[in-house]
Amino acid sequence: MRRVRQSAWVLLALVVIGSLGAGLWAPADYATQFREAPNSPPSHQHWLGTDELGRDRFSRVLYGTRVSLLMAPAAALLSTLLATLAGGIAGYLGGWWERIAMAATDLFLSMPWLFLLLVVRAMLPLNVSPITSIAVTFLLLGLLGWAASARVLCAGTRGLRDSDFVLQARASGLRGFRLLALHVMPNLKPVLLAQFWISIPVFIISEANLGILGLGVAEPLPSWGSLLRELEGFTSFGFEAWKLVPLLLLVLVVSSFQIILSRDEVYA
Amino acid sequence: MKRRPLALLAFLLLVLSAAVGQSGGELRFYLHSEPKTFDPLLVADDASETIRYLTGGVLVRVNRRTQQAEPELAASWTISRDGRSITFNLRERVYYSDGTPFSAEDVAYTVQRLMDPALHSPTGDSFRSGSGVVRTRVDSPARITITFPAPVAGIDKLFDQVAIVSSRSANKERAVLGPFYVADYKPDSYVLLKRNPNYWRRDATGRQLPYLDAVRLGIQPNRDIEMMNFRRGEIDLINWLDSEYFDRLAGLAPEVVHDAGPGLESEQMWFNQFPNAPIPAYKREWFRSTHFRRAISGAINRADLARVVYGGHAQPAAGPVSPANKFWFNAKLRTPAYDPAGALSLLQQAGFRLEGTSLRDREGHAVEFSIITNAGNKARERMATMIQQDLGKIGITVHVVTLDFASLIDRITESYNYEGALLGTANTDLDPNAQMNMWLSSAENHQWNPRQKSPETAWEAEIDRLMKEQASSLEPAKRKACFDRVQEIVVEQQPFSYLVNKNALSAVATTVANASPVVLRPQTYWNAETLSVRVQTASKH
Repeated sequence: MRRVRQSAWVLLALVVIGSLGAGLWAPADYATQFREAPNSPPSHQHWLGTDELGRDRFSRVLYGTRVSLLMAPAAALLSTLLATLAGGIAGYLGGWWERIAMAATDLFLSMPWLFLLLVVRAMLPLNVSPITSIAVTFLLLGLLGWAASARVLCAGTRGLRDSDFVLQARASGLRGFRLLALHVMPNLKPVLLAQFWISIPVFIISEANLGILGLGVAEPLPSWGSLLRELEGFTSFGFEAWKLVPLLLLVLVVSSFQIILSRDEVYA
Repeated sequence: MKRRPLALLAFLLLVLSAAVGQSGGELRFYLHSEPKTFDPLLVADDASETIRYLTGGVLVRVNRRTQQAEPELAASWTISRDGRSITFNLRERVYYSDGTPFSAEDVAYTVQRLMDPALHSPTGDSFRSGSGVVRTRVDSPARITITFPAPVAGIDKLFDQVAIVSSRSANKERAVLGPFYVADYKPDSYVLLKRNPNYWRRDATGRQLPYLDAVRLGIQPNRDIEMMNFRRGEIDLINWLDSEYFDRLAGLAPEVVHDAGPGLESEQMWFNQFPNAPIPAYKREWFRSTHFRRAISGAINRADLARVVYGGHAQPAAGPVSPANKFWFNAKLRTPAYDPAGALSLLQQAGFRLEGTSLRDREGHAVEFSIITNAGNKARERMATMIQQDLGKIGITVHVVTLDFASLIDRITESYNYEGALLGTANTDLDPNAQMNMWLSSAENHQWNPRQKSPETAWEAEIDRLMKEQASSLEPAKRKACFDRVQEIVVEQQPFSYLVNKNALSAVATTVANASPVVLRPQTYWNAETLSVRVQTASKH
């Protein structure tokens, strides 16, 4: 297990260094179109081939990793924090608080988000720079993605609230924030981490889908989401393995984080 | 020795029967949406149009290969000198699929129903040339005269869209004069058309058409599934393919794909010139400048768009009419040359200047605008991204925004809250009269600046005059001269920058005999009555 964890560390380090230093070792700018060679297979010049506009796929993966690796965890953190606030407090306080908070969560989950996102798009200006588009996209994902996690966290907190060791802590005179911080939150950590890690790939894919509403990361900036869109219709035709690299990277990065953090859970 | 001539005769008969196409077989392909109606006069969607084409009998048919009007249920016709009346001499001994006889009464009934304002027939709109009543006069069971309140240019070709409905049959939608009739319909699943036993047409050897026993139209909106099922041999043709699928399929089975050359569809970009649009005034000033529009057009590399985005299955566009439209295309027009230096020079003449890598206008505003297009259309998204790079070379920053189609249409037709747009036009009608709603300055679809009370520019006034002149003339040469000039003005002024004309791409299984795809819709089954399917075994492509 130790070797697996070390490998995960190495892989993560490589991915982070690779993406942060994209400007140094990417063979081309992510936006440069080599129009004489669109859709070309891997070659000496283009290690992962080129996309449909002739852009170097390896460079786009490096830059896209930087975008997604920074923004998707940030959005996941925001949504998990919101879920902890709504679900955790509701579950801890119980009674009417819990009922009201869960009713609000259900209402939030049942909202027609597609139409609300269309309204959001209508309100945003069209002349948005790619950097702003990233911030807006992931902020929206963070703000909208908390409700399902809140229900899970509420159930988890409720279970802890009624547990024997919390009862014993109460009997010992521990109350309020100290009880929450010393006994409830540490035991809620595995649930929080699970929700956090589940959110990352979901947000990356959601970012790609938001492009349909004009809300995704704007061209020509790449993201894992936009790179994964290349796989649309992939089953219909031949196998071009190099196009799977963004998917492979997504799986490896998320798995590596989970492997590394599972160690912390053991000792928590 | 005596057996040899008999064997030879048998062989010749076999060859002859193969040449004229075998009877029988079921042709299978997909509709991409549910048909909205089986009433041929109410057709407004592609799926219903397919069923109308395969089941409807028309007086005149535009030959999809020659683009000429040919006699169908009307053996001949004459148009009056004033262009208001058309007299049809009908074929005799023609029967509907339910056995009721066809006569001039049916034509009169169809025309009256077509022009009934209460019916709101989209086909009828093409015939509304002026206020007043359309009159029909039945001279005999085989002769009818139709008189319109005002001249209708290209009147005979308009009847290509009018399927004659029975005046006497109880079930009018099922009594048809075309090669097939609707035998079964299961919503969300399929429409089954069967051979019309009373179809009037015969082939050169005197055999009754159609050869096919049935046409099964599955309902399948998903293009990936359509492609997969074509490859599995579960369907026989794909009427329209995008270039990406075409190339992939060509790599696997080159014998099934067909590139018929430039079609009638074009892709174009334009700027919002609407006076009350909620955009900054200085941007509106750019967009209303001819120099600016011409410079943008010249800075776009159309050849690259055709080659990279469409894999070479498109042609750089010269103007509003595709070369596929043989009569109306203005052959004198040349595709705007890709010339970034020339574009910069034009912009400098209009008061713009390049500061470092950024283009600025007279007042110092950086030239930056957005182009909206519909999300999910990969070709348009790619073209917009390529234009973004092309214009970047002359210091212009372009933001590509993809929107869902409803939002996009709302912006370009209601709120006018956009700067540039990239969309396509699918001309199904060859005649320029069908484009009146786009070129007249007062029209709703005069997209760059619609619903003008009076033309705001001299060139728009000239387009209005020329379009009205061609519409009121009955001389083809005069009409052509007027419309040629309209095309020239559009290229000079670039209200629409036409980018590419897409090729008509299709796929037909090798089991389908006599298929000969063309550029006009319906590309692959325009000659459905002479198609046949050889063997119904699943074969992979």
